[in-house]
Amino acid sequence: MATDLVDNDTQTVVVARGVRRVFGAQTVLDGLDVEIAAGEFVALLGRSGSGKSTFLRALGALDPDVQGHIRVPAKQAVVFQEPRLLPWQKVLTNVTIGLPNNATVREQGRAALAEVHLEDKAGAWPRTLSGGEAQRVALARALVREPQLLLLDEPFGALDALTRIRMHGLLLRLYRKYRPAVLLVTHDVDEAILLADRVIVLTDGAISLSTRVDVPQPRSRDSREFTALRRRLLAELGVGDEPDAR
Amino acid sequence: MATVLEKSSAGVALVDPTALSARTQRASRVPRSVQRLLGPVLLVVAWQVASSTGFFDERTVPRPLSVLSAAWRLITDGSLEEHLTISLLRVGYGLLIGIALGLVLAVVSGLSRIGENFVDANMEVLRAVPNFALVPLLIVWFGISEVPKVILIVLAVAVSIYINTFAAIRSVDAGLVEAARSFGVGRGELIRRVVLPGALPGFLVGLRLALTGAWLSLIFAETINAKKGLGRMMTDAREYFQIDVVFVLIAVYAILGLLSIAVVRWLENRLLTWRRAYDGN
Repeated sequence: MATDLVDNDTQTVVVARGVRRVFGAQTVLDGLDVEIAAGEFVALLGRSGSGKSTFLRALGALDPDVQGHIRVPAKQAVVFQEPRLLPWQKVLTNVTIGLPNNATVREQGRAALAEVHLEDKAGAWPRTLSGGEAQRVALARALVREPQLLLLDEPFGALDALTRIRMHGLLLRLYRKYRPAVLLVTHDVDEAILLADRVIVLTDGAISLSTRVDVPQPRSRDSREFTALRRRLLAELGVGDEPDAR
Repeated sequence: MATVLEKSSAGVALVDPTALSARTQRASRVPRSVQRLLGPVLLVVAWQVASSTGFFDERTVPRPLSVLSAAWRLITDGSLEEHLTISLLRVGYGLLIGIALGLVLAVVSGLSRIGENFVDANMEVLRAVPNFALVPLLIVWFGISEVPKVILIVLAVAVSIYINTFAAIRSVDAGLVEAARSFGVGRGELIRRVVLPGALPGFLVGLRLALTGAWLSLIFAETINAKKGLGRMMTDAREYFQIDVVFVLIAVYAILGLLSIAVVRWLENRLLTWRRAYDGN
């Protein structure tokens, strides 16, 4: 690819320095420093309670009580673990919520739904959708805002394994087309390696590992690089490679 | 219990699950609404039989047919219509004002802490006071005109609407509100698109209770020296020992109550289509 020769992708769009978050006596984020470049896909791994979602909420302006220096693009959008669609609004209205209500925006909403292969569901009630469909609507709702930073908070965590694989493909395709910076919070090591340019492991509110994902594209779970990185990340997270059936 | 059909080669007893899960009830060709009428109809038949055989004293329990003829008499001489119209007007005004008042207070109180401080405790106190206890005060303040009667209904309706709508506004999914805010939804749109639609099911529960409360308050209200109205008819019937008329009036109250519930059901079907779509699955 010709664009690889020109290294203009290093412009930083997310700067977070000394990010601290305290809940009562518990320090969940302890002086975190993270930078994300324009168009970079970063996966944030961590065990439950490691503070990864807290960090995402800080970037998404969802947490007023966080301390530290944080700069993010004004155009950012979140996809939550649950779709969080308004059940009493039709799918299209859910996609365009918060945007001016005019024909252009509705057209953009339809286009975003087409991107996630749900153009025929524009007039449906959210509760008639399957879990995967609802999460695709949530993705369309984020995409229609043309975000420069896409915040994904375990967006596939509640989906079944087969749907998750399809969602990975869809997300990669859309990411390559629109090139937003992405922060994906997940506890799924394979998902992080499959999708991200860089993986950060969060342990007890601090970064314990940050590594580039040097697995050749298209990434195969069977490749040597993939399994080596998986083993390293799992070890960092404190679990072995094989299920422990004792 | 289940008949074991065969044994597998491993000696495990095998059964046919489709036979086990067979339907216990066959679908009937008679519509559900007609089936549900069966209970009341049987009751009336039993009543008639008990009256005819002399089991019931004719003076205290008139037979169904004499109640029907009393009803016919009251309808044809226009007295039922005359009193019913007045009562319906009182309930109509009471509902209209009460719903508007309860809704406005619930929104004010539900959407802001300051509003809650001013409104909520007062409404809780009002709810704690039995409506009927206010009758003497209302008479002293407003005399025996229409005003205290309508106010009594307004209070009952407003309290039901307020309590349920306020609770519903406060229990709108915080995750939805947070998501909407993060997608740039401003205060006006948040109220219009998120909070009020989310509170609608609770409002309809309030409406159901408000209608019941309205008819109850009407009976209280019409004991305040009413010259016209169902309550007046009831008082007269008691004075002159017209038990058949009392029965007719009870039936009228029952019909009005059932109609009210039907109206709310209809509203729920119309307004909560998004929920019905879910129930359908």
